[in-house]
Amino acid sequence: MLVKESIAIPALKTKLAVENVSVTFKRDGKNMPVLENINLEVRDGEFICLLGPSGCGKTTLLNAMAGFLSPTSGEIQVDGEAVRGPDSRRIFVFQERGVFPWLTVEGNIGFGLFKLPRVERERRIAHYIKMVGLDGFEKAYPHELSGGMKQRLEVARALAVDPDMLFLDEPFGALDSITRLVMRGELLRIWEAERKTIIFVTHDIDEAVQLADRVVVMSARPATIQQIVEIDVPHPRDISSPHYLELRDGIFRQIGLAHQI
Amino acid sequence: MISLAEPRKWEKLFWPILTLGLFLALWHASVIWTATKVFPSPREVEKGMAELLRHHVLWGDIWDSLRRVAIGFSTAALLGIPFGLALGWYPAANQVVNPVMQIMRPISPIAWIPVSIILFGVGDNAAIFLIFLGSFFPIVVACINGVSNVPSVYRRSGRNFGLTAPQLLRRVIFPAALPQILVGLRIALGIAWLVVVAAEMIAVDSGLGYLIIDSRNSGKRYDLVVAAILLIGAIGLVLDFGFRRLEKLKPVRWGFRNES
Repeated sequence: MLVKESIAIPALKTKLAVENVSVTFKRDGKNMPVLENINLEVRDGEFICLLGPSGCGKTTLLNAMAGFLSPTSGEIQVDGEAVRGPDSRRIFVFQERGVFPWLTVEGNIGFGLFKLPRVERERRIAHYIKMVGLDGFEKAYPHELSGGMKQRLEVARALAVDPDMLFLDEPFGALDSITRLVMRGELLRIWEAERKTIIFVTHDIDEAVQLADRVVVMSARPATIQQIVEIDVPHPRDISSPHYLELRDGIFRQIGLAHQI
Repeated sequence: MISLAEPRKWEKLFWPILTLGLFLALWHASVIWTATKVFPSPREVEKGMAELLRHHVLWGDIWDSLRRVAIGFSTAALLGIPFGLALGWYPAANQVVNPVMQIMRPISPIAWIPVSIILFGVGDNAAIFLIFLGSFFPIVVACINGVSNVPSVYRRSGRNFGLTAPQLLRRVIFPAALPQILVGLRIALGIAWLVVVAAEMIAVDSGLGYLIIDSRNSGKRYDLVVAAILLIGAIGLVLDFGFRRLEKLKPVRWGFRNES
């Protein structure tokens, strides 16, 4: 495993800026505020986890960042430019539900590469198949793969177009707990190799603290940012070290949960 | 063996053949018991079938029926698939066309026979037009449903990778809707095979439908009538079986089984 000794030193450049963003949905003629006055700056190459209870609006914020939804007020900027819609430089990864069942593993990974010449396309497909460990499954269809393999396939499809940013919406939520742990390790390994800016939505406190440079703790709806916790523990993280536990328990308290069951 | 309900290999063949044998025996017995002079026994039907084959009219009739179905059905598919995809893609257009289609859809194509004969005269085209009408609407409806049932994650993924609208339609919407479109095509082919027999009884003087009417009119040859009926059933079965093979192809198979 390729693992760096020290904590990642993020570039100081701001990659993504969320400025006073509010989102209100209309339901049955009533206004329902989902996000309230969100402000967040994400640095280039940073790994951010959005953490909050189910249904709090994390996914709404992620959709707005990815350009699938325009905020009711406020603005989201990437590289200083306002986000106007989805863009192939910023890929959204849906659990594993986003892989196309009518395409093979190769076909899925090559899906976004239609503008590249054939040789380059094939090189990238081979590279990312290897990176996510799907060698030997090039001609397999998604229904022949396990949940974890489909998840890796979707991540590979996203990485193949060489995006600056990845948006991951509870990507490992549907996996069993062992596969989930393996996938976290895989994601960190890929992130360390490729240095993409990653925004990762989860409701799992341990997952957030294991992965992120910073954990953005969100409140219940209408969601506001309660606290941003810097996880200054180098990878690979010792998840029984006192400092790690201190950070984790701090978040448990912040969310209002006792850490003993 | 995991399941006790799993039939053994010989059982898979044995029971259907036994049922078929019992059916033929019952048929034969009924003909004898009722002492009917009209309805033929299985043995007579077999002789009738052999006679049809000897006189070489049968192959011509089968060919004519299949040709009419092929032309009518493929015209319906060629026009119906793009039309249905477009309506599914533009829900606003669908709302405009939908009332008319809902009225047209439940009308049996048989009801159009007089209109068809006025438009095309007695002949091939009248029959083909009826087959077209019968298969067009199921195909269009399947395409509309297929497109509107495409999960939004697929559309969003497609847009995320920078696809233009025509690319999205070709590379995401169409393949995602294809299993449902295939189901529609299979239903339409079944209807086409029903309609061709009815159309041939009235609008033309060849084909399996004509063979039935002609056998009755020229000397009440009910052995030939029943032989033709059985043949129609057998060919319909083969057509359906052939179409089901398409559903086993890998790029569409995901739509026909519980995804694991």
